[in-house]
Amino acid sequence: MTDPAAWAVQVFNGLSMGSIFLLVALGLALSFGLMNIINLAHGEFIMIGAYTTFSIQQLAIVLTGTPAADYSYFISIPVAFLVAGAVGFVIERLLIRHLYGRSLDTLLATWGVGLFLQQLARTIFGAPNVQVVSPSWLIATLDITTNLVLPVKRIFIIALVMLCLGGLFWYMFRSNWGRRTRAVMQNRPMASSLGVATNQVDSLTFALGSGLAGVAGCALALLGPIGPSMGTFYIVDAFIVVILGGLGQIRGTILAALLIGMFNSIFEFSTTAVVGKVLVFALVILFLQWKPRGLMQLRGR
Amino acid sequence: MLTLVVRRFPGGMSGHLARFGPPVILAIILLAAPLFLSDFRINLLGKILAFAILALSLDLIWGYAGMLSLGHGVFFGLGGYAFAMFLKLEAAKGELPDFMFWSGLQELPIFWAPFQHAWFAIPMVVILPGLLAGALGFLVFRSRITGVYFALISQALALMVSILFIGQQPYTGGTNGLTNLTSVFGHSLYSVDTQKALYYITIGFLVGSYVLCLGIVSSPFGRLLVAIRDDENRVRFSGYDPAIFKTAVYAVSAALAGIGGALFAPQVGIVSPTMMGIVPSIEVAVWVAVGGRGTLIGAIIGAIVVNYAKSLLSESFPDFWTYFLGALFIGAVLIFPRGIIGLLRREGWQWPQWMSVARRRMAAVGSATSRVWGGIK
Repeated sequence: MTDPAAWAVQVFNGLSMGSIFLLVALGLALSFGLMNIINLAHGEFIMIGAYTTFSIQQLAIVLTGTPAADYSYFISIPVAFLVAGAVGFVIERLLIRHLYGRSLDTLLATWGVGLFLQQLARTIFGAPNVQVVSPSWLIATLDITTNLVLPVKRIFIIALVMLCLGGLFWYMFRSNWGRRTRAVMQNRPMASSLGVATNQVDSLTFALGSGLAGVAGCALALLGPIGPSMGTFYIVDAFIVVILGGLGQIRGTILAALLIGMFNSIFEFSTTAVVGKVLVFALVILFLQWKPRGLMQLRGR
Repeated sequence: MLTLVVRRFPGGMSGHLARFGPPVILAIILLAAPLFLSDFRINLLGKILAFAILALSLDLIWGYAGMLSLGHGVFFGLGGYAFAMFLKLEAAKGELPDFMFWSGLQELPIFWAPFQHAWFAIPMVVILPGLLAGALGFLVFRSRITGVYFALISQALALMVSILFIGQQPYTGGTNGLTNLTSVFGHSLYSVDTQKALYYITIGFLVGSYVLCLGIVSSPFGRLLVAIRDDENRVRFSGYDPAIFKTAVYAVSAALAGIGGALFAPQVGIVSPTMMGIVPSIEVAVWVAVGGRGTLIGAIIGAIVVNYAKSLLSESFPDFWTYFLGALFIGAVLIFPRGIIGLLRREGWQWPQWMSVARRRMAAVGSATSRVWGGIK
């Protein structure tokens, strides 16, 4: 318990778990900030990303006879982003835009979409879990001291999330579409009357958020089995992250994801996994007494 | 924005028919059901009516006060556990319940001991869920957490409580829950007569809950709830504190859900954490939406229709049922937001824009075709 190296490993695990939560929560936070809706099918984009990774390896096995994990895994990251993003785009166009202004109804409708996607995965890939072969050089550990051993996989995941985050910041704060997105977030009618195509901004941002969840699915494929309902394991944590961070805030979401990841892993270490989760939930509820709108609040009118 | 108005029924005969017709007809059908349904189906219907009480409790806060709780299964489950603890101790006949023995407990935990008395266990069916909802509601509503925030927090509650119950194997029976409930007040749960009696008792509680909810929504308190749903700030500016009223109705609703759970437990002979999880909790919302929210009777009809369809369809086509349920969630908000009751009252269907565009195009093609055909003829 008192061993500092063991604590360091916990903090590190918390960071890597928090970074996956972050990838999932960012899409939720963006679409809430923009459209005031929460997508309960967001966890299914994780599942889509993970199954995309699996499918590409299966394809590699068909083509070359081996999983060729060293190459196929890296191809699957952008492909998972595109596939999950495309599915998100279609769902936004067909369903979510018709529920504009009805946040609670959107929760239910997107839950229905989630059920549909899960069952579709069950029909295509079968109910049992599947596994992805990790690239060989990721199956190693980084021994800092004899007690402080960090798995390379988790370091890679943190790096991947940093890369995505960098891309997202570039998109939001350096590109034209990002400027439009921020304008719509601050004041939709005004942005619209100044000529911003708000419905295109909505679709693009939603697709972007879905794509990020797809990348999270890629990362999770390294850590564990892939199943049709894997998304639901992570999605509630992502919701708590979004609530704590302040809906619609990128910076708040980042801070909240890291905090939740850390607290989860530290509480789990000092108590049990279940008690740890319940403690984190109780802490968040108590925190909201102090700051009801989360860690950071979007300034707007 | 979908607004649900408080309906004013026209006076006279037709008004009475519109208001009291569906509940009275439903009650007569349910009371007469044992005459034409098998014992198996009656037991099934009894469970579904326990679900109907749960749906009613959700409609009270969602349809009238605008609070969508995605964790109402927790309160249903707590009520179920409170009563099942009593039944479990009755089944154990003074000895240590089996699962505690297997998990290595030597004696009954302190908080279990009072549950051997009916006078303690039965009030706990409403007190436990009411207290939990009151405490959570007080914290949440006081900090003005509304809408989607509240829905997500209530969903997190469902996850937390269910994993908590799964994790505490020696005290709650873990994943299996409390199994092998054999008798209630000395009557065997395996006998047809007991099950039939439970069926009628469930109808009694359902009618009682319905009347209670009707009383609440037509009282000044109910009017205030509708006002909070439609514009919480305006209510606050008028000098009321919405948090108190919301907490109160949330606690009442949770207590009702607990009653549903307590009636469910003896009819199934088991309570388990699965009925408190995220998935069953959110399904309650679709029952209410399918029946027609903000109508009370709609919640009951929705619970019966969806659950009966579930047991019929999932017996023969389990895969198809999940697709159907997914479609039901989407359809219930997109195409028929006023549910079955809305259709009965001829408030019509609401097609999403792309569908109505598609229909207009189809109609245009159709009329063009008929013009062409007319020309040819």
